[in-house]
Amino acid sequence: MNINRKTLMSANEKVVIPVLLGLVVFASISNLVLPQDSFFYVSTFTITLLGKYLCYALLAMAVDVVWGYAGILSLGHGVFFALGGYGMGMYLMRQIGDRGVYGDPLLPDFMVFLNWSELPWFWQGFDQFWFAIIMAMFVPGLLAFVFGWLAFRSRVTGVYLSIMTQALTYATMLAFFRNEMGFGGNNGLTDFKDILGFDLQQDTTRVTLFVITVLVLLAAYLVSKLILQSKFGRVVIAIRDAEDRVRFSGYKTESYKVWLFVYSAVLAALAGALYVPQIGIINPGEFSPINSIEIVIWVAIGGRGTLYGAIIGAIVVSFAKTKFTGIFPEAWLFALGGIFVLVTIFLPNGIIGLFKKFSLGSKAKPVVGLNEEKS
Amino acid sequence: MKALTCIRDFYNINPDSDNEQIINIDKEIVLYLEGLTVSFDGFKALNNLNLYVKEGELRCLIGANGAGKTTLMDVITGKTPCDEGSAYFGQNINLLDKSESEIAQLGIGRKFQKPSVFEQLDVISNIELALKDNKSVLPTLFASMNKQKEQRIEEILNIVGLTEQQFIEAGYLSHGQKQWLEIGMLLAADPKVLLVDEPVAGMTPQETERTAELLTSLAGDHTVIVVEHDMEFVRSIARDVTVLHQGSVLAEGTMDEIQANPDVIQVYLGEEAA
Repeated sequence: MNINRKTLMSANEKVVIPVLLGLVVFASISNLVLPQDSFFYVSTFTITLLGKYLCYALLAMAVDVVWGYAGILSLGHGVFFALGGYGMGMYLMRQIGDRGVYGDPLLPDFMVFLNWSELPWFWQGFDQFWFAIIMAMFVPGLLAFVFGWLAFRSRVTGVYLSIMTQALTYATMLAFFRNEMGFGGNNGLTDFKDILGFDLQQDTTRVTLFVITVLVLLAAYLVSKLILQSKFGRVVIAIRDAEDRVRFSGYKTESYKVWLFVYSAVLAALAGALYVPQIGIINPGEFSPINSIEIVIWVAIGGRGTLYGAIIGAIVVSFAKTKFTGIFPEAWLFALGGIFVLVTIFLPNGIIGLFKKFSLGSKAKPVVGLNEEKS
Repeated sequence: MKALTCIRDFYNINPDSDNEQIINIDKEIVLYLEGLTVSFDGFKALNNLNLYVKEGELRCLIGANGAGKTTLMDVITGKTPCDEGSAYFGQNINLLDKSESEIAQLGIGRKFQKPSVFEQLDVISNIELALKDNKSVLPTLFASMNKQKEQRIEEILNIVGLTEQQFIEAGYLSHGQKQWLEIGMLLAADPKVLLVDEPVAGMTPQETERTAELLTSLAGDHTVIVVEHDMEFVRSIARDVTVLHQGSVLAEGTMDEIQANPDVIQVYLGEEAA
């Protein structure tokens, strides 16, 4: 008997990934080297916009890991994204030093404004980049662990779990809106100057951040794929299909769900930490429940349970949003809702499902063995 | 501190956990169920039920709908908590304070009434996940296939006759094949006790016959408890039959004794006999 397990990169990926990396290198070089009036010049604005899309793509992938593979519909992944963003934001805030409006060498502007005299304990250490990065992932991971541990151990599933995740992100948003929390309240954290000594307004810094985002996304994609192709991944899919059966086969399903949830939260946090230096601001609006729902829509439109579907969905919808809000901003949410309804009815497997259908139709292969999604 | 113990229990980070509990079956009795009572909102699904199951026997449980057959299985496998009574696996393991996964790891396997397989995974993976193995998170993440496991999977596929379908996703199997796959998954775990809930529901006569052969061949090495409505099937496999009625044991004995028992005739076979 020969048991074939899929390899790390499929034949398609061996072509697509180098081509995409080639495009990234091209965009980066053309921005830095070519003159602005050249036909091939890519503006810094475009680079930053692409970087933002890729952060969203990483976030969407994080949601796909739990929703597409384990059937855990999280409507609160924005909380992990935003917390990761705040971690990075706190570092960037401390980097401002005495260049703020009030010129205080230690305290960020909003603290001076609130008449605080010393740095709160939870801001200690955030002047160190390594510490900030670790905390930006550790805190959301811990939150996901505690939340997951409580929810999954009590066997909360389905729509109840989704509602609880909504409540989680909403409650966190309300907390972060308060000035007393010490995270800049309504205005959040902004006016960043530099990161690791590099000026955030410089083209080179922008391009470097963009390239780092691409590499992190690629690494996260491959690691997620490895995890989901392992026996652990098959247990997770089994939990999605028949959790009782898995339990009666001797697996502690709640442990699997908790760790997958934590992994997903850390990915989301990483996306947030990459997002903030490129966008230049983080505020409590990122916690808003609508944001979290939008992530789920990206994944649904791209196609669940494939990882790359989530990436494509996030990029396509974000691009559409950029174009659409430029023309007719009030109607965007209606358009998004409309797309979501249409995709749910006509493309249950999203954009990816459409492609699979066409490529399979031409070969007229039997359906057996195809990963047909059932909801 | 309590929270810590709680977390430790949850992850089973216990210095003693390597010394897996060894089941004591000196008295040749594998399951001791005494005075089991389960009530749902006042309705007693199990009412002071006593049942002893010998090692290696093939026991059939029969009874009308609502007699408590499935509830009994739920209690044994840890799905439903029990209000009163005791359930011991061998002489030393209290089943009532164990979780479903712990009970499964101790060696009590269960087949559901409705075939329950992992539809999006291929047949091989279904069996692979059921194999006896370390089932904690990290070992599973780094688990790899080896010759021994492959051989075991191949063996089981042979027994349940799904060798040809091994690469097909389980969702595409026919109803009978799914039932067989689930039995194969039970075998993969190599349990001491197999609880089988309505194994032949929806099977063709030939499939039923093969299932009967399989279950009888399993008895001896394993203890098999079968819940079934199909009396023809029960007659073909059972040496000992237990009749449940309103949550308690009504009668026990061979099929012939049971059929001659006046109580049984009245409450269960009543309509047929009349």
